[in-house]
Amino acid sequence: MHIMEGFLPWQWCLLWYIVSLPVVAYGVVQIKKITDEHPESKPLLAVSGAFVFVLSSLKLPSVTGSCSHPTGTGLGAVLFGPAVASVLGAIVLVFQALLLAHGGLTTLGANIFSMGIVGPLVAWLIYKGVQKAGWSPLIGVFLAASLANLMTYVTTAIQLSLAFPVPSFAVAFNNFMWIFAITQIPLAIAEGLLTVVIFDYIMKLRPDILENLKVIGPKIKEKAQAVV
Amino acid sequence: MDNKYYILILAVVALIAIIPLAMYSGMGEDEGYFGGADSSAGPVIEETGYQPWFSSIWEPPSGEIESLLFALQAAIGAIIIGYILGYFHGQSSERKKIEKEVKSDLNGSEEN
Repeated sequence: MHIMEGFLPWQWCLLWYIVSLPVVAYGVVQIKKITDEHPESKPLLAVSGAFVFVLSSLKLPSVTGSCSHPTGTGLGAVLFGPAVASVLGAIVLVFQALLLAHGGLTTLGANIFSMGIVGPLVAWLIYKGVQKAGWSPLIGVFLAASLANLMTYVTTAIQLSLAFPVPSFAVAFNNFMWIFAITQIPLAIAEGLLTVVIFDYIMKLRPDILENLKVIGPKIKEKAQAVV
Repeated sequence: MDNKYYILILAVVALIAIIPLAMYSGMGEDEGYFGGADSSAGPVIEETGYQPWFSSIWEPPSGEIESLLFALQAAIGAIIIGYILGYFHGQSSERKKIEKEVKSDLNGSEEN
């Protein structure tokens, strides 16, 4: 999903920066607020960030014959909300832009928008929806993480098609969807499964923190504790 | 979930990564396989006549250095996850132990 350095006209770079920076700033405020209210959740914040670090460094082969990587932002979004996940995503994207020449400083705003904003927002909405419907949190986490991953890449395809609608937006979108989104489907499933494993493990060990963060209800907490 | 389900799920994840390797076994980057999806967008964009206007201020000088930095990225993440979940695990087994002791103490005092 990384749009390469210099591969967006400057107007688009500017636009995506203008959209993304306020969200990241809001995320920083949210982090302060959540860690003040629930200091016991700090280690989980670190785990969520670390999860993005690990997953976005794993470039996996896909059935289309090209390689791509998971994003790992679904976990942070489910635990702490989309804005906090934006900050985590932004940290990783800066690391990769500066040290790995993956993505870039000019395209950072656009990449934060796809990986740090749309992905986590989708994850969070889906998780909340599943929670409301009363389904198991694990189903929620699976759907949230895998669709966040997929939508991140769909967003990249949309961003590139908007910037390069040659010959038309629809044709360009079709091309970029093939490059990004189709490759991503099996990886999205893999990411969903990995997120379920780590979430379930956290739920077993510290259901109290998840309950304080309103990620799971008290009933599920009791059930999770009974398993340990 | 029981631990055996974790292993099962991780095996499925491994399978998802292995299937493409098996499907295109014998093919390599020269045949256009297993390149990054990120960089394959580059030529498509350049076909439209667009010239990138900025290039990375620093690039890993070789594939070796790049893999070093990627491994570093994964290692930073993995050590944090391992440390914290390990800590949580210790906490929860200690809590269980104490709960057990309290229970057996209570039972013991009832008998007396």
